Amino acid sequence: MAGPLKTVELNLPASREALAELEIGTVVYLNGRLFTAREGVYKRAIEDGAGMPAANVDLGTANFHCSPAAVIEPDGRFNVGAVTATASFRFAKWLDGWFKLSGCNIIIGKGGMTSEIYRDVFVPHGAIYLTTVGYGTGALLGRGIKDVPGVYWKDELGLAQAVWVLDVERFGPFIVESDLAGNSLFERENAKIAPGLARLYEGTRPATLRRYGETDDKTDEVI
Amino acid sequence: MIPLASLQSTAEALMAKAAIEIPDDYLAGLRRCADTEKGDLSAFVIQAMLENYEAAKEDRRAMCGDTGVPRWYVKYGNEARVEGGPVGLEAALRRATARATTGVPLRPNRVHPLWRTDHNNNVGINAPEIEYAFHPEGDWVDLTTVHKGGLFGSDYRMLFPGDGLEGIRRFFLDTLIGFGKRGLACQPAIVGIGLGGSKDACMVLGKQASCLRTVGSRNPDPKIAAMEEEFRELGNSIGMGAMGFMGSSMVVDCHIEVGYCHTGGMPMSVHMFCLSSRRATARIFPDGRAEFRTDPDWFTAYSRRDTVEWGETPLLAAAQ
Ligand code: SF4
Repeated sequence: MAGPLKTVELNLPASREALAELEIGTVVYLNGRLFTAREGVYKRAIEDGAGMPAANVDLGTANFHCSPAAVIEPDGRFNVGAVTATASFRFAKWLDGWFKLSGCNIIIGKGGMTSEIYRDVFVPHGAIYLTTVGYGTGALLGRGIKDVPGVYWKDELGLAQAVWVLDVERFGPFIVESDLAGNSLFERENAKIAPGLARLYEGTRPATLRRYGETDDKTDEVI
Repeated sequence: MIPLASLQSTAEALMAKAAIEIPDDYLAGLRRCADTEKGDLSAFVIQAMLENYEAAKEDRRAMCGDTGVPRWYVKYGNEARVEGGPVGLEAALRRATARATTGVPLRPNRVHPLWRTDHNNNVGINAPEIEYAFHPEGDWVDLTTVHKGGLFGSDYRMLFPGDGLEGIRRFFLDTLIGFGKRGLACQPAIVGIGLGGSKDACMVLGKQASCLRTVGSRNPDPKIAAMEEEFRELGNSIGMGAMGFMGSSMVVDCHIEVGYCHTGGMPMSVHMFCLSSRRATARIFPDGRAEFRTDPDWFTAYSRRDTVEWGETPLLAAAQ
């Protein structure tokens, strides 16, 4: 077994000073308020000009890319089972407008984005990216949710795309994928793995029938 | 006659079991990864997953928030008769899927591909998929549900005989590396490879190889069994572990299934059954009794037969 990783509990909303303490690869647990938002919300808030569904204090400033496994009971209570992030790279194009509109400084999701996006969009807004772990740690995350103070836009967007506001305690684990300087943990790891790849392919040649757009550079990203 | 009510209640129980309880064979395989993983980040991820399975069981909540796409595999013993016939059975499976979505709860994942219509119950056009198989004897029906996750991790390619084993190895590596980066495939995974068949059968075989065989099982052809072990080791020597972090945990096991294909081709598919390798099976008998298990026992000597006749097939005699 490998050694323990640096672990931090972060209170939300997070101050710039608190975020500055985080390095890529740090394990983070969250306390406080955050909310879910993904493509449906971005489209509506930014492209359709609807703005934010509620004020900062009601939503928090940490945006989780996820749709919870949750139902609204007949008596109006929320029953949240498991929560797992959805892949974030698809949402990159909305983020600049989103940071301006929402004031978010933490994005939580799956798989991260490119360091180019971090430098161009995250760093100017003082935002970091936390990745979920696994990514299937849905039950652990579900446990950390203590209350659902509100759900916005469920009629307009449906349960999966709606804004779920979550009050959480020791919600995690997450890993810092991008810090305030815009470094990417995934890219650092990819770069470490890349030199060993050529050896695996020794003695093989490309398939007889090629495919359009195909690359033979194994260091390329797919996102 | 197998009562419809037991089919439906068993199917509902299976939906919850699959979503909540990680199968023992995958769990044991992942523990072996945990024992050998030297990458600190990858080891942390695996440890978190092991804790996650415990939390899911203790709280009776879904292990992963992403339901994947719940689907059904049905195997009929040759003498099985179901109340309401096959249409009754399909209705029971659709009802069980919808009811478990609110009951567990599971995230409603199924939407219309174009209009994004969401019934909030994981049921819709051609959803859940139901696949069938038959067994030469038995008055039972086996129900298996698989909640396959992952928009990533599967691929298909038409290879040719000239591409050979090296071509197979290369496409295997391409898929694992491409989808393993940033952990998009949620590895370590059970990797299924479909070789041969027609294009659609090739995809089906690969998916069934990953989802319906247990970790540690081997193809009865000793040469294919050796390939399965070689490919597992190859995948684990990429240098990549959980979430694409440095490490050695990509493949919990590798399963290969084959089908006879066009003489000019060698189609290949690769599928990855993720960290939430969700499957559950039950056999239901005419008295309504259900026996639950985690091994679907889908591939059998009968399903892999390569002869025209099987045993003393009574058909010919009956026809004469
Ligand atoms: S691929 Fe599996 S573990 Fe990953 S998010 Fe989907 S269902 Fe969960």
